[in-house]
Amino acid sequence: MTVNGVSMPLKTAITLSEFLNEEQYDLTKIAVERNGQIVPKADYDQTMLADGDHLEIVSFVGGG
Amino acid sequence: MAVSFFYQGNPCRTEGTLATLPHPAKGYFIANGFTAPPDRPIQEGDQIWFIPEGQLPSAAAYAQILSARYTPSVYEKLKQAKVAIAGLGGLGSHIALFLARVGVGELLLVDFDSVDFTNLGRQNYTLADLGRPKTMATADHLSAVNPILQVKTAQVKVTAENAPSLFQSYPIVCEAFDQPENKAAFVNALLANTTCTLITGSGMAGTGSANDIHTRRAMGRLYICGDETTDVQEGTSLFASRVAVCAGHQAHMALRLILGDTSP
Repeated sequence: MTVNGVSMPLKTAITLSEFLNEEQYDLTKIAVERNGQIVPKADYDQTMLADGDHLEIVSFVGGG
Repeated sequence: MAVSFFYQGNPCRTEGTLATLPHPAKGYFIANGFTAPPDRPIQEGDQIWFIPEGQLPSAAAYAQILSARYTPSVYEKLKQAKVAIAGLGGLGSHIALFLARVGVGELLLVDFDSVDFTNLGRQNYTLADLGRPKTMATADHLSAVNPILQVKTAQVKVTAENAPSLFQSYPIVCEAFDQPENKAAFVNALLANTTCTLITGSGMAGTGSANDIHTRRAMGRLYICGDETTDVQEGTSLFASRVAVCAGHQAHMALRLILGDTSP
């Protein structure tokens, strides 16, 4: 699959939640688009990542 | 020779210079959208206004000033445009001001907070605003620079629950919150539940190069402005100049989207 434009091998069947935790993303500060669709936070646990998926993960930093 | 023209919106026919038109002692002439000297001869078809000193132009005069500068087709797009601004701190107070100056037709201003002295270092408020809701203070500043702007305000704390109903009728929404968790919750709520296009600010603290602030289209309906790395923390605070650079990026992306250009 592709994550933020970088190709990444998907070794085992894994949920989006598991992937984000593995990559140490802070789930309270991100937004995730999968194949052009925003993934609601409530769906992270049920979303199985698949070969060929395009993920775009945005991490926000503070200040405004 | 007598020519036909408009003065203060009324059809007239006479000959002479602008100075020969009846007007108060102090002020200035606008001819076809541009400031003109009193000795300028009146020409056929001129649209002439006199703006008395200390007064804002009438709505019709202001529309002509913008239309003459931008071309009527660009002005028409701006006039029809509606942009919402979520948060009126260092980013939002300036985004609002930039879009008001540009001539966007309608702005929605959303913030729950009131102005306090610590805001003056980087937010578009003055001593006279202290204690006032930021929505009201910003609305007044905008009205003072753009007499035809439609300003709507909502003095509420934005949550993931109320965000869709507050913002869904605005095609372009500028996110200008402080906390990363609020930014993320807002972006998730609007992308999942509305058709809004979002322009967010992420990473504008510190004194790093202003050139590191960029605009990027991160998702189909999400643009990110900022350096995307510099968080606010001890030793890295927010500075007016760098925050305003980011606000400028956000306002400018909103302008580009209004004019139909989706590239960052």
